Amino acid sequence: MHIPDGYLGPATYGSMFAMAVPFWAIASWKLNRTLKAKQAPYLALGAAFSFVIMMFNIPVLGGTSGHATGATLIAILIGPWAAIISVSVALFIQALLFGDGGITALGANCFNMAIVGGLSGYGVYRLLAAGSDVKSKRRWIAAAVAGYISLNASALITAVQFGLQPMLERSPDGIPLYAPFPLSIALPAMALEHLFLFGFIEALVTALVVQYFQKNDPDMLA
Amino acid sequence: MMTTKKLWIGIAVLLLFVPLGVILPRLFGAEGAWGEWGLDGIRNLTGFVPEGMKRLAGIWKPPLPGYGVPGQSAGLCEASVGYVLTGIIGVCITAGLMYVLTKLLLKKNGS
Repeated sequence: MHIPDGYLGPATYGSMFAMAVPFWAIASWKLNRTLKAKQAPYLALGAAFSFVIMMFNIPVLGGTSGHATGATLIAILIGPWAAIISVSVALFIQALLFGDGGITALGANCFNMAIVGGLSGYGVYRLLAAGSDVKSKRRWIAAAVAGYISLNASALITAVQFGLQPMLERSPDGIPLYAPFPLSIALPAMALEHLFLFGFIEALVTALVVQYFQKNDPDMLA
Repeated sequence: MMTTKKLWIGIAVLLLFVPLGVILPRLFGAEGAWGEWGLDGIRNLTGFVPEGMKRLAGIWKPPLPGYGVPGQSAGLCEASVGYVLTGIIGVCITAGLMYVLTKLLLKKNGS
């Protein structure tokens, strides 16, 4: 799901940076106001976890592969604002050091995976888990569903960004200048593999780690 | 919160297993993710390379492209070892940067 350099034209990659910045700012402001020193180590852990989980490429029918992001899990454990910052940091290092995701596409990748992923996952989780006991089955089911929905939300918005390029960014004779596949190709390609496979992997990872915390450190889930 | 040590051990264990992220795709003949093709991949898929993509694709030269250690061969064994090594490097730098940012985030204005 990491968009490389060259797939998004300036209209898109520019606006995605513009859309990411307010969320980064709000997240920083929120953390500055509410972060306690004892929670601090968990941000670094979250960023590290997100980084490593994105290295697990799972192959899918059709010859491509994908990965989970951990954004929902981090949001459940340390809040959506911490998730936005820590997943963004992981994405930044991935782009800068390893070329996993482009530099021009960093705003888009952070918006798609960290911001949309973190916020939607958190929202769904809070909705579904509301009122339930910290150690209940409903909690980890809510976490699984939240992970599934959030990854698909990220995939959907990524697909839209890809799919709009042939229309937004083309030469005078209509030849695509950046990502050449229209929505009719990009949407099904990305949506199906995330609806039928990668969403479940994100759900599984999220649920398993939430269960671990339910057993070993339920305070983190309070 | 004594679980942080256990969690870092968990991260370390995950790092040891990252070669699955290289082995599994190769085993199933899968390439990279949809939409993450290089210029050659795009040319193979569509017959051409879009002009804008040509311009932007090389805009940044990462030091460890593709999570590989410079000079490693394409063999599965070296690719796996390289993947673990770059994974370790990436986790350390990511955690380190996040740690520094956290210090900044903890600073209360005027306190």
